[in-house]
Amino acid sequence: MIRETHVNAFTLALFVAIPLWAVMADEPFTITLMTRAAVFAIAAIGLNVALGLGGLVSLGHAVFFGLGGYAMGILAHHAQTYTALAEWPLLIEGTKSMPVIWLTAIAVSSLAALAIGILSLRTAGVYFIMITLAFGQMFFFFAISWSEYGGEDGLSIYVRNGFPGLNTLDPIQFYGLCLALLCLVLVFVWRLAKSPFGLALNAARQAPVRVETVGLDPARLRLVAFVLSGAIAGLAGALFADLNRFVSPVMFSWQTSGEIMIFVILGGVGRLFGPVVGALVFVALEHWLGELSEFWHIYLGLLLLLIVLFGRGGLIGMVSGREAVHD
Amino acid sequence: MSLILLIEQILNGLQFGIMLFLMAAGLTLIFGVMGLINLAHGSLYMIGAFCAAAVAGKTGSFLLGLIAALAGAAIAGALVELVVIRRLYRKDHLDQVLATFALILIFSEGTRWIFGSFPLFLDVPDYLSGPITLPGGIQYPLYRLALIVIGLAVGLGLYLLISKTRLGVQIRAGENDREMIAALGIDIAKLYTIVFALGAALAGFAGALVGAIQSVQVGMGEPVLIMAFVVIVIGGIGSIKGALIGALLVGLTDTLGGIFLPEVMKLFFDPSTATSIGSSLASMAIYVLMAAVLVLKPAGLFGARA
Repeated sequence: MIRETHVNAFTLALFVAIPLWAVMADEPFTITLMTRAAVFAIAAIGLNVALGLGGLVSLGHAVFFGLGGYAMGILAHHAQTYTALAEWPLLIEGTKSMPVIWLTAIAVSSLAALAIGILSLRTAGVYFIMITLAFGQMFFFFAISWSEYGGEDGLSIYVRNGFPGLNTLDPIQFYGLCLALLCLVLVFVWRLAKSPFGLALNAARQAPVRVETVGLDPARLRLVAFVLSGAIAGLAGALFADLNRFVSPVMFSWQTSGEIMIFVILGGVGRLFGPVVGALVFVALEHWLGELSEFWHIYLGLLLLLIVLFGRGGLIGMVSGREAVHD
Repeated sequence: MSLILLIEQILNGLQFGIMLFLMAAGLTLIFGVMGLINLAHGSLYMIGAFCAAAVAGKTGSFLLGLIAALAGAAIAGALVELVVIRRLYRKDHLDQVLATFALILIFSEGTRWIFGSFPLFLDVPDYLSGPITLPGGIQYPLYRLALIVIGLAVGLGLYLLISKTRLGVQIRAGENDREMIAALGIDIAKLYTIVFALGAALAGFAGALVGAIQSVQVGMGEPVLIMAFVVIVIGGIGSIKGALIGALLVGLTDTLGGIFLPEVMKLFFDPSTATSIGSSLASMAIYVLMAAVLVLKPAGLFGARA
């Protein structure tokens, strides 16, 4: 058995070592794969705030991922066509600057998470799962019928957006940016889980009545967790869109929600590095199994089934031998 | 907008709603009795459609195809229950969601493996094809009318099964107190397998019936599954009556919204903008309906538990 902190350190080391090797061996595709893993990891860390800390089984996180993607797509689209996003009441123009796009993505997805959270958190259990799923479909169909921004075909961006001082067209530089954000998000969530808010949220998952008796409002804690969770997933969505230089309604699809959830479960729910390990393993499986067989989803399905039925606490739980933190 | 068109669209909405009901009834029954959220229900719908298309294609008989759909989906349902689902009853909803999501991946890719990526076609039989003239001179496709009648008949059958038969008594007892009926000497594991197979058969039947008016392809089940979720959230989880009313509401809202919202928008915008805004709104209409129901009644219209 290996200690969980060692597993975490090893994972982080992989995120540094593999791309460095890829630069030396001149394997840009490996860097792209690692960027994909880092971005998925950010999205999954976002979901893990709701799922692992808050106990909220949301099957609609594709909404926030997709909103982040479209925030990037729409801003960059207006910038590359030199058209204004809005002229009234005030002039808003598109932008190719990543920091502005990220902030917009975070703001838009937080607002959506607030609205969806207020409605969905009136319910619990299965209702919550189905409602978040249904909201995901609502955005999916809206994106498909929104012909101004590409409708079903999505939006393409010719040149990746810029970051001051970096050449984002160079794969390793863009990867470094994503890795830095991944680390920032990890530190944020780690601090969050240890903060009074995180402890209260944890307690609200395990014993809502007790939390209420000490004068805290579990519903409000959950709503804040849901909004933070959506904001992080939105940031990941903007990065994912920039990685592909393309957004489409697929980002809103319920399969995307399912995949983000798979990352979390594969690695281990409620563990800081669970989503990171899950995303890395998923991208590796996608790459290797996809080469072996066109029907690699069958093997993914079987693996997932085995983990749910027999593996307690995801891959990290199996390696480190500790029971799931999530009850 | 003529009255005839309106009646036609209402019939279309009813037909769609009734098919959703067949899906939603199985889902809500499975949730009510076993407390299981089954994402793979859409796969059973797909399996029914593929069985029907394969058998009808080989034998040329639509009826044999329908029987194959019922049998195929029920067998697939019973097998899945025995191998996977029964290990999930004691687990939390998160595990159930993931395991049944994994089943979707396996079923979808498995079907693609066997039948390929191209859609199959299931033809409406001669005796049900062509239009029929309804009172008032309305021409309506006979097959769609038959779907409404068949669906209502299945709904009635389900009602009788649950309210009048011994199995129905056990199902209702299972919803209320599973320890008690186990203590009374009823094999609860067998009851669960039967309920799951029954729900699967309903889904497969709906898949086959709808397969004749749409193409039969991998992934056809999931959009219907999500709409069926909307239906049971609106109707209240565990309530078959709620599923019927919810299904009709969703079917009518979706169909009529798609036709009338663009028309209504034309009063405010120029035609092309109106069509685009109207169709965007129409595709979201049922989710808005769901949100509205939830604000008023968080447990759905006929739901006992939240």
